[in-house]
Amino acid sequence: MATATQSKSAASASGSSKPLLTLGRIARRPEAGSFLGMAAVFTFFVIFAGKIFVSPAGFASWLNVAAEIGIVALPIGILMIAGELDLSIGAIIPAASLTTAVVSGHYGAPEAVGIFAGLAVGLLVGLVNGLLVIRTQVPSLIVTIGTMFAVMGLTLGFAVLLTGSTSAFIVPGAVSKAVLGQFIGGMFQITIFWWITAALIMAYLLHVSPVGNWIFALGGDRVSARNAGIPTERLTISLFMISGFCAAFVGVSQAMVYQSAQVAGGQAFIFNSIMCVVIGGVLLTGGFGSVIGIIFGTITFSMVNQGIYFTGFDPNLGSVIIGALLLIAVLTNDSFRQLALSYSTKKKS
Amino acid sequence: MTTPVLELRNVNKSFGPIDVLHDISLKVNAGEVLCLLGDNGAGKSTLIKTLAGVHKPTSGEIWMDGERVDFGKPKDAADRGIATVHQFGGTFPLMSIGRSFFVGVEPVKKIGPFKIFDRKTANETAVKAVQEFGITRIDDGDRLIGGLSGGERQSLAIARAVHFGARVLILDEPTAALGVKQASHVLRIVLEAKKRGIAVIFITHQVTHAMAVGDHFAVLIRGALAANFMRDEKSREEITDLMAGGEALADLGSEIETYMESHEGHPPPPPAE
Repeated sequence: MATATQSKSAASASGSSKPLLTLGRIARRPEAGSFLGMAAVFTFFVIFAGKIFVSPAGFASWLNVAAEIGIVALPIGILMIAGELDLSIGAIIPAASLTTAVVSGHYGAPEAVGIFAGLAVGLLVGLVNGLLVIRTQVPSLIVTIGTMFAVMGLTLGFAVLLTGSTSAFIVPGAVSKAVLGQFIGGMFQITIFWWITAALIMAYLLHVSPVGNWIFALGGDRVSARNAGIPTERLTISLFMISGFCAAFVGVSQAMVYQSAQVAGGQAFIFNSIMCVVIGGVLLTGGFGSVIGIIFGTITFSMVNQGIYFTGFDPNLGSVIIGALLLIAVLTNDSFRQLALSYSTKKKS
Repeated sequence: MTTPVLELRNVNKSFGPIDVLHDISLKVNAGEVLCLLGDNGAGKSTLIKTLAGVHKPTSGEIWMDGERVDFGKPKDAADRGIATVHQFGGTFPLMSIGRSFFVGVEPVKKIGPFKIFDRKTANETAVKAVQEFGITRIDDGDRLIGGLSGGERQSLAIARAVHFGARVLILDEPTAALGVKQASHVLRIVLEAKKRGIAVIFITHQVTHAMAVGDHFAVLIRGALAANFMRDEKSREEITDLMAGGEALADLGSEIETYMESHEGHPPPPPAE
């Protein structure tokens, strides 16, 4: 092999198309850093929280949290890979929740109608976000802050106008309860199942289907992507609508789980979902990331968020850990990305 | 007399009151390298954008294969086989070679109702296409574009354009940001493209690079064609002087030296504009 010429070795390398799952190859994946982070956090809590953390109840506590954030974090992550941000989800969640509760709970319409209306709110806000972003060329950060406040105001206004209060109640029927608000084994929210479903759909979209390639290209360089014939405007609008839909889905299922809906609530999802995504190895400026990374990031975040209650530490410490984790995650993800880029220079030597 | 693949006839382009291109007539044949030389601001970019369908000429005609064409948008030009490769080649640094090669034209497999991006085919085709151009160092389609050298990125971009049926290849300063060795790689690929019967329009301000591959030269000064000549009709010094707008650049070196000797080693102040 030492005597083989460069072209020969090159040909043999391209001939073996099955990639070897070497350590180096894994380290170059976008989720490498987030996997290590997740493992470290898990180990930390196993040591400091003890048996209760690995009991079913311990798993349920953070899985339930992870599922709700995760359903929102997935589309937020894909939007971020495509180079956009969506903060309006913080307003969509209560808006959708309240819409369902008002339509079906306050007015007594069939639940299907209420659920449909709630989800439609999310799709509509997503559509408006997408249209505003492509028409105005204003950064999506600003556009979605704008729509977030608008939706918040409208939610409050309509809630007071229609029901005379800032909250509404709903008693879900058997089917809705089973599909959206059930606790399996008394502790695992059915939302976990929906999170897994969403993850599978998003993984297919981003990593398997050709559309995934468009999303990466869009986040890498919008102009070149358009020149290459990608329908960038339609894609942008669709991604915002998916994110609006997922946020609305969380809102609707919250209404079913808690049997009530408030005007406030949902704000925490904005930063939490972005943190999950960034901890998961998605590049804030777009073009790099993976679905499995976002899932790792979400699990990491939720374990810290909930795990702290199982330890003897002051729960406020949880926020400190999350803050530190975010910084460490960004730094390690940067170095893993550099590793991915420098892979060629190593090969040359 | 062969019909030129691409021909400009008396093309003018102005943005409002500003004339950027003035009465440009140019031809490029299949298997020929046309070097478009010009200093910064001479109108090179506007000219290639006009060819690529980004701008519409204010007046004048563009002909392809003896047929008048009218490009409304970049896609029209691309559909006719005009491909532009920009200075930095790969524009998606964090995408893999295989993925970026097929952006917008992804190969798909179908399993039931699901479309699947065919990574294996994409990677193999991309690697094969670029290796055919003699860049054997690229052998793994999963590598990220950002990890390639500048020359490799250019080569990949050219191989991509050729793979997708480019007939006219517009190379915008492909060697400007490259070292000597990298630049020679790119020049070799330009020659390879030429050998395959592609009409190449090579934009540069490096006369040496132009001389290495060009069959036909056009010098652009302030939006007008200052010279249009074939290989071996002019020497390198003459071309350089032309590009500088008639100022004898060759004498500049000795002038500065004389000045510095008589001024205690200080370089001369820049001439007043």
